[in-house]
Amino acid sequence: MSRKVCVIGIGHTDFNSMTPDMQWKDIMYEACKKAYVDAGIDVRKDVNSFITCAEDYWEGFSIFDEFVPDQIGALLRPCCTVCGDGIQGLGNAYMQIKTGYLDVVAVEAHSKASDLLTYGDIVLHAFDPRFEKPISGPVERPNYAGSPEYPPENPKHLIGRSDEKERIHPYFLAGLEMQHYLRKTGATEEQCAAVVVKNKRNAFFNPYSDYEAKIEVEDVMKSEYLFKPVKSLDIAPLVDGAICFVLADDKTAKSLGNELIYLEGFGYGSETPWLSTRGMDADYARIAAKMAYKMAKITEPRNEIDVVEVDDKFSYKELQHLEALGFARPGGAGHLIEEGALEIKGSLPTNTSGGSLGVGNCLEATGMQKSLEIVTQLRGHAGKRQVKDVEVGLAQSWRGIPSGTGAVAIFRRG
Amino acid sequence: MKEVAVIGGGMTLFRRHLLETGKELSYLATKMAMEDAGIEKDDIDMVVMGSAPDAFDGIHMKGENLLDGAAGVGKPYVRVFNGGGTGVFAPIAGWWHVASGVADICLVVCEEKMGNTYPHPQTAFRHIWDPILDRPLTPNLVWLFAMEMNRYMTVHGIKKEDIALVSVKNKRNAVDHPCAQLADPNITVEDVLNSEIMAWPVNRLDVSPPSDGAAALIFCNKDIVHRFTDDPIYIAGTGWSIDSTMWTNRDLYFPQYVAQAAKMAYKMAGIQNPRKEIDFAEPYDPFSYKELHHLEGLLLCKKGEAPILTREGVTQRDGDLPVCPSGGLLGVGNPIAATMGQKICELYWQLKGMAGKRQIPGDPRMGIGQAWGDIMQMGTVMILRRG
Repeated sequence: MSRKVCVIGIGHTDFNSMTPDMQWKDIMYEACKKAYVDAGIDVRKDVNSFITCAEDYWEGFSIFDEFVPDQIGALLRPCCTVCGDGIQGLGNAYMQIKTGYLDVVAVEAHSKASDLLTYGDIVLHAFDPRFEKPISGPVERPNYAGSPEYPPENPKHLIGRSDEKERIHPYFLAGLEMQHYLRKTGATEEQCAAVVVKNKRNAFFNPYSDYEAKIEVEDVMKSEYLFKPVKSLDIAPLVDGAICFVLADDKTAKSLGNELIYLEGFGYGSETPWLSTRGMDADYARIAAKMAYKMAKITEPRNEIDVVEVDDKFSYKELQHLEALGFARPGGAGHLIEEGALEIKGSLPTNTSGGSLGVGNCLEATGMQKSLEIVTQLRGHAGKRQVKDVEVGLAQSWRGIPSGTGAVAIFRRG
Repeated sequence: MKEVAVIGGGMTLFRRHLLETGKELSYLATKMAMEDAGIEKDDIDMVVMGSAPDAFDGIHMKGENLLDGAAGVGKPYVRVFNGGGTGVFAPIAGWWHVASGVADICLVVCEEKMGNTYPHPQTAFRHIWDPILDRPLTPNLVWLFAMEMNRYMTVHGIKKEDIALVSVKNKRNAVDHPCAQLADPNITVEDVLNSEIMAWPVNRLDVSPPSDGAAALIFCNKDIVHRFTDDPIYIAGTGWSIDSTMWTNRDLYFPQYVAQAAKMAYKMAGIQNPRKEIDFAEPYDPFSYKELHHLEGLLLCKKGEAPILTREGVTQRDGDLPVCPSGGLLGVGNPIAATMGQKICELYWQLKGMAGKRQIPGDPRMGIGQAWGDIMQMGTVMILRRG
């Protein structure tokens, strides 16, 4: 009875640190159009449902859902917004197809982070207004790019400084968590720095990445401490871009003659929103992985999964997430990077796209960017960064500070 | 595909809640629904949250903030959103969670707290407009809907007296609703017509009040429904549809997007003749004319016929086609997403015979609920049936 769900089309824009020439509608249109062409479908007839993953505050609207249908081809058709990461959108598309009523579903996610003048302040608005937001200091004095401290010539000053008297940038939370992670698992700052080096190097082989660089561990170690022990190069810089996936049931996919990449399973999970009572061990990734492994019938992830994209909005997060997903024991991921196992030619190729450190942090589209790389790898279209003999790939994402929500998707080549 | 049953519903008092936070409102509604269904927190597999603009609370990623009040900790939890349509869309998302077989029991919570917005919830609506084409006009939702109402009246030659009847009916129906904010047993058509003009032809009593509140529903799949009830209520059909952002480019007299959504739901439910097969309706009524507009959109009557049905009393609670027996948004209140309480929870309570003084006579077996959102462009429809 049970139909399977396949990815039949992918499309994406180039990823750029700034896109002043493009509106959010333009990048959405470009990604969706490419995905529909890739799938070989006519959007006006063949797509039954549309999902966009967006948050109002990232977009600068009160109801962003209004501004979606025209550019993605959803006029007078089922269309909705999932306020979450791209993989949560893929999960909802999976469920829509599994109901048996909808055959082809398009999922879109994007980032127009360069439109945000006050990125840090928006992140701060995600803290509980009564108990947590005041920790960051008084909110009366905004201190953001464009203000005298950060003149317009230098708008790419994406992150605040920990020595600011007026305001503490909400990324302080990453500093606390990294400290906890290093202390608990015995991982070192150098191991985290090696993640940055690897991902920025991988990004050279990825034509759409924006933050590729040839650097060494010493360069990372010498970069400025912003939220000790998080250094400026440990943080994934923001990027603009849009990604669209077209999903379909296996019967429709076969009739279209598309190459079949199955979405075998997905999972997402949330920890408590209270920072004071939340563990700092990425339990959201454990919850999500448990659900996804069960759905995809995976019992030994280390042996069954060939290529992995995990969330690396901060360098230590890659190691922490690999452990939470069951690829290494606590503290083991640091040794994997030292041994070279996480390289493209290693035994567990991780973030071959360059990850968020190499491609850029694309907000709610992060999970889609991870999934995009996995599908590209499974199709064998990854060019110089292609991993050999890949059958199964895993994409994982986290919604970023201060969220305790993460998602996992598992893809298999048909 | 699995059939989906509704096994529990909950709703808070609708009014300005100064003491409760959004997550506390969610908690109250969730608790009531779980007690109704007779389940514990651990029985819930997945959670869907529906809540409209983040700007009301001033909280970015508002869904994350609300999750502990909605039993979402440690569970797969997702927030879905399409403006005012969320009140019926969140249960639609809950439906696909269960119908797909991914979840056996799914909790749907809708919460809205508009009272936080200073000085008035309308300020949050300043940022729903196209930044280049609309915002320079400093538009306001009431005048936008005044245009739509005017167009609707002009095309069909409808009088304001006929539209005022909807306010009278709903505010009187709401007297029997324990959560109601603006019920009035003695209201007359003259009261509505003589109330302050907001933007002609919309008078103050044609508009539903901003409110705070929450509602919750629990869905389970048919295979396990016998554990909870002998008289299950099933989801027969769902539909949703969106129209262009460019509201200036379409004829506002008929909600085509609602018709599309309704057709999708009727097809799923196997309904050929909605007017005969549907026993009662809960169309979205944030403004009095919207009830009529949506009745036509739902294909429950011909274009321009809804005011006549209202005048003839067909839509009264004891009429042939009871409409908004709950009191709707006009009577019970309009906390945007939480209107799931009047739209879908009400269907469940009426079909189950739990509606108390609001219970419609006869033996209702099939009800339809609908919501409307974004800039007059989103239609969401759900049909519930008994047994």
